Amino acid sequence: MIAEIGHYALVLALGLALIQSVVPMAGARLRDDTLMGVAGPTALAQFAFVAVSFAALTACYVGSDFSVTNVFENSHSTMPLIYKFTSVWGNHEGSMLLWVLILSLFGALVAAFGTNLPATLKANVLAVQSWIAAAFYLFILMTSNPFLRLPQTPFEGRDLNPILQDLGLAIHPPLLYLGYVGFSISFSFAIAALVEGRIDAAWARWVRPWTLAAWMCLTLGIAMGSYWAYYELGWGGFWFWDPVENASLMPWLAGTALLHSAVVMEKRNALKVWTILLAILTFSLSLIGTFLVRSGVLTSVHTFASDPTRGVFILMILVLFIGGALALYAWRAPALKQGGLFAPISREGALIFNNLFLTAACATVFVGTLYPLALEALTGENISVGAPFFNLTFGPLFVPLLLVVPIGPLMPWKRGDLLGVAQRLIGAAAFALIVIAATFAAIGGGPVLAPFGIGLAAFVMAGAVTDFIERTGLLRVPFAVALTRARGLPRSAFGTMLAHSGLGLSALGIVCASTWGVEQIVSLKPNASVSLRSYDLTFDGMVTRQGPNYSETIAKFTVRQDGIVIGTMEPAKRTFPARQSSTTEAALLTRGASQLYLSLGDPNDDGSITVRLYHKPLVLLIWLGAVVMFLGGGLSLSDRRLRIGAPKPAARPALQPAE
Amino acid sequence: MTRKRRRLVLIGSSLGVLALAAVLVLSALKDSIVFFNSPTDVVEKKVPPGSRIRLGGLVKPGTLQRGDQLAVRFEVTDGNRAIAVSYQGILPDLFREGQGVIAEGMLDTDGGFKADSVLAKHDENYMPKEVADALKKQGHWKDDTGKKK
Repeated sequence: MIAEIGHYALVLALGLALIQSVVPMAGARLRDDTLMGVAGPTALAQFAFVAVSFAALTACYVGSDFSVTNVFENSHSTMPLIYKFTSVWGNHEGSMLLWVLILSLFGALVAAFGTNLPATLKANVLAVQSWIAAAFYLFILMTSNPFLRLPQTPFEGRDLNPILQDLGLAIHPPLLYLGYVGFSISFSFAIAALVEGRIDAAWARWVRPWTLAAWMCLTLGIAMGSYWAYYELGWGGFWFWDPVENASLMPWLAGTALLHSAVVMEKRNALKVWTILLAILTFSLSLIGTFLVRSGVLTSVHTFASDPTRGVFILMILVLFIGGALALYAWRAPALKQGGLFAPISREGALIFNNLFLTAACATVFVGTLYPLALEALTGENISVGAPFFNLTFGPLFVPLLLVVPIGPLMPWKRGDLLGVAQRLIGAAAFALIVIAATFAAIGGGPVLAPFGIGLAAFVMAGAVTDFIERTGLLRVPFAVALTRARGLPRSAFGTMLAHSGLGLSALGIVCASTWGVEQIVSLKPNASVSLRSYDLTFDGMVTRQGPNYSETIAKFTVRQDGIVIGTMEPAKRTFPARQSSTTEAALLTRGASQLYLSLGDPNDDGSITVRLYHKPLVLLIWLGAVVMFLGGGLSLSDRRLRIGAPKPAARPALQPAE
Repeated sequence: MTRKRRRLVLIGSSLGVLALAAVLVLSALKDSIVFFNSPTDVVEKKVPPGSRIRLGGLVKPGTLQRGDQLAVRFEVTDGNRAIAVSYQGILPDLFREGQGVIAEGMLDTDGGFKADSVLAKHDENYMPKEVADALKKQGHWKDDTGKKK
């Protein structure tokens, strides 16, 4: 019964979406307030129905109703309750339901908080949003219905894929989807602007908070996924350039570019046409990501099932929306009015630099991810493009980007003075040089590029500090004055500083962990020791333990540093009888921002065990940096002038501190 | 600066960055892509020793041997030909005899394959797609599950 309610609610949501995709747009054409007014309530109702549908599926999972095919295939009665919740989206059908839940949530948010949007813009935005929603409801109902029943109720479920039974998974997909799908709002705004043929700085003011919110979630979602892969897959790597990871990185790169170009548009009324294109591209990349992950053209942990009809259906959605949007863009964009003038050396110029390099980096990832697919389709030849390709292409494009990060915020709008900015950055540059020299001295030879990488990261972070000092006049004016000035600074300025320093932190972590991470694979008998760097690990013996739906073999290790016990590590192998499969549970020991990583290999005949041991210096900074970026975004979002459903530009008090 | 000159600078620098990206992509593609081959491909295409490839197929039952220092040897087959693979390190969780595997590395001069990484399938439903295709080509593919696929 519950499953049928869920199914029915989804059909009703589709009906509402169809109404919402036509009526408000017609209303906007005819300037009919009643017709336009349909959009708000339908958007809210749509969200309510999808939420009912999602709740119904969740109820089936929690109640272990194995007569529902989807529950039977992905759940087990002995599974802990938390994983019964997370397995709702740990499979293809359920994750698509989560996708549309978030899509309708964003629609409802625009309807609820967009009260001061111009009526026609709001109606158009919600209509476009509904086109996307209708396409995906159809997709779910026709090819991936999670509510189908089995003819006979099985006694027990097949269990969730064991590597997905993890807390990291509980948070990773919802965050990632909030990001992916959040960009649909920017897309809908862009299409609505093209339909109306009118776009101004106020448009950017409305779009920016939505983009920012989506970008924050995507940042955190990617970081969570990377951390999950790091500790769960047992390879000790944090990024594999796997096509599925690239699928989430591409919208992030384009979204970051969009975030920056929207600033130019809002503040200077320039780059309008480009910003619209970026908004379209960002969501298109999100759709391509969905296609890559969900269609089964790629094989990875994320490919839950491969059914050709699904691939074709998503491909059709893709062609329709991306092709349609770009065609509309080509038709309407030339009619949009050009924006203000600026010199190449200016804040606008720096932001264009940022956009150029971000989109170029995004393009290289795109080529690397899709080239193998294209080649296979055209010639049948099977190739893989791995980390070396991306290191060679992505790396060189990201270095200049990082170099310019500190320069941009110090540059004035319209016309800048590179020499003046350089003078102000002398402190940061000197700091970076000292860091490089100190690193060289400390390591005494070894990899040459790494100290420069660290110096670059230091420069980015010092640049953020310089920005703060310059804006407040700290060191130049009395402390009290600087404090007052700091208080007067808009929160978005602090957001920028925080996000940029987060980028520096991540870069530092990536350079350190990948350059000085050491790996050792050894076979150990009980009571034998192994040492790595300054740590000594003693293998104390094996124990077995019974979990709720698995049994595990744990190797107990005592870790000593300079003869003093600093902790124990318990890497394990879990065997899940329901799927007859096993997972490796790595053990982590955190010292500051560095980690010892221990993962268990195969047992040998002579009673010894094989372990893989890593020391990863400063590895936690990679994800900490992402969290700092997220916080920076949040600070920016909380800025009065950027609040979701931002106030009308005219409402801004005349005496705002200049930026 | 006039609008025209500004636009020239903008277009020029965009093209510059794009060209840089294109050069990087092309040079990287030349050096760092790896071709997938089944054991039959290796024999028929006469893949030269020393070039990096991915070798995919099933682990031939009864061929897995473990040596000292985590050395392992096993044979990869597509039902038609089999190639001996040597590897040093920890095998993935789901590595089993009779199941799909992809090994990356290069052929040595005596026809064996020296792998530096070994990937196995992720779960019971999953077979590396390249392996499934290669097996289908050799006519040894059995749709074992008959569900979901």
